[in-house]
Amino acid sequence: MNKIPNRQAICEVLMEKAKTDRDIVVLCSDSRGSASLAPFAKEFPEQFVETGIAEQNLVGIAAGLAKCGKKVFAASPASFVSTRSYEQAKVDCAYSGTNVTLIGISGGVSYGALGMSHHSAQDIAAMSAIPNMRVYLPSDRFQTACLIEALLQDEKPAYIRVGRNPVEDIYTEESCPFVLDRANVLMEGKDAAIIACGEMVRPALGAAEKLKEQGIGARVIDMYCVKPLDREAILQAAREVKAVITAEEHAPFGGLGSMVSQVVAADCPKKVVNLALPDAPVITGTSSEVFAYYGLDAAGIVKAVEEALS
Amino acid sequence: MEDLKALSYDLRKHVVDMIVEGKGGHIGGDMSVIDALIALYFRVMNISPDNQEDENRDRFVMSKGHCVEALYAVLAAKGFFPIEEVIEKFSKFGSPYIGHPNNKLPGIEMNSGSLGHGLPVSIGMALAGRMDRRDYRVYTVMGDGELAEGSVWEGAMAAAHYKLDNLCATVDRNRLQISGNTEDVMAQDDLGERFRSFGWHVIHVADGNDMDQLLAAYEEAKTVKGKPALVIANTVKGCGSAVMENKAPWHHKVPSPEEYEQIIGDFARRKEALCHE
Repeated sequence: MNKIPNRQAICEVLMEKAKTDRDIVVLCSDSRGSASLAPFAKEFPEQFVETGIAEQNLVGIAAGLAKCGKKVFAASPASFVSTRSYEQAKVDCAYSGTNVTLIGISGGVSYGALGMSHHSAQDIAAMSAIPNMRVYLPSDRFQTACLIEALLQDEKPAYIRVGRNPVEDIYTEESCPFVLDRANVLMEGKDAAIIACGEMVRPALGAAEKLKEQGIGARVIDMYCVKPLDREAILQAAREVKAVITAEEHAPFGGLGSMVSQVVAADCPKKVVNLALPDAPVITGTSSEVFAYYGLDAAGIVKAVEEALS
Repeated sequence: MEDLKALSYDLRKHVVDMIVEGKGGHIGGDMSVIDALIALYFRVMNISPDNQEDENRDRFVMSKGHCVEALYAVLAAKGFFPIEEVIEKFSKFGSPYIGHPNNKLPGIEMNSGSLGHGLPVSIGMALAGRMDRRDYRVYTVMGDGELAEGSVWEGAMAAAHYKLDNLCATVDRNRLQISGNTEDVMAQDDLGERFRSFGWHVIHVADGNDMDQLLAAYEEAKTVKGKPALVIANTVKGCGSAVMENKAPWHHKVPSPEEYEQIIGDFARRKEALCHE
């Protein structure tokens, strides 16, 4: 089992690139430890800015740095950076068009028993609704590294959500196909399509493997690029399968499920089932306990596919 | 100096023309802040249409973005865009000259409008200048009502923490906001003491609509070492015409034709009086 969380993968890429690129700047809001960015702060103190527990300031300062040519990565718990500093993300990053990547760490229900104040189950909806803001939920450490390298190549704002805990690898060091804003088809199948992002990709794959044993072919799509959404990958799947199932660690409104449903309904009407967290504070537990409780594990996805096809 | 004082009345007329033509705008704050903007753009900052891409140019962020009409008048006078075009198109359908700063226009670095954003953004710019060992300075102008925003104080803390002596903030202290007197809505006094206690160098300008006093304050700010500087410009909301001065309803009132004549007449008389000072 992999022991490296996606947040650590971000730090490793940034440290490697910062050796030769003095314009890379990292900001934290008393979050360098939880963001796994303490090594960056130690190695590159002149390219690191601490703002204290002040997320509005974190994002505003990030935008000012970016306006003056810096390639800025601002990391803070997803629950705070996606809501407390929402207006700074909207005005200072997206509207002003500054080269800031917001990194929402410990996203979704990563903080488990800490409760709703620390869960970010609305960040996809919130950030996706901002014009000129991109939203990414990478599924594993290899894809996270590819994503950071790709974002270093352009000058547009983005929001990334990663979880707190290490997740099982989807890809390998040798094989991690990555084209920015293009989803990856991880398994082929003609009966159903399971479209997932972030930590839901692993249970989606697990579900497809179980379904295969039952003779049901499920296509699995890693939609790490929630915005801009890979519409073509969705429509191609919808054309070839009988039902589409979405899975996300997010509230049931405005997230991946809503967006996929819009695309399918408009251009290739098929049955779509959205699996998500409830519209309520979630039950106390670890991520895997919470996922299992709400049917966001492999067994829950299998059940949803079976029901959709019946 | 006399040129700038006279210019301030010409630009005030441009602002009023914009607001009448566009049927809206924050006229009272425009009139209180315009002298500080003229001082900054015409004497203090090295910003012009010729150096927009120069990485050593000073940076300016209009945090009280609702007073964009005053900024448009000053930027037009600096040659960034023609004033006739601004007056004709301000706030009209499809216009680039909207009611808050937008960086699709030349001369505007950052979009603003929502209050409490300018100081944190300016801190980022000042930190970047320090990282790159450039000697440009960063200026931002806030309103006094704006200081109720918590993000201002997050910025006040950080600017002092990082000892940003390349940062100079101005507060347009006109003592009126949309609901009335600032001290009734949310008290700001003693403003200087508040910022001093955060670690800032504070400069009080007794008459924030007086060009000589403003320029002296900005010269002093440039000499401050090891801390950010705050210029508190004690201004008059609606400054320039008795019709508007110190009257809260003029926060965003559009002059009637009669009021327009009185206001423009006041500007002309006060400009004329400069010659006899």
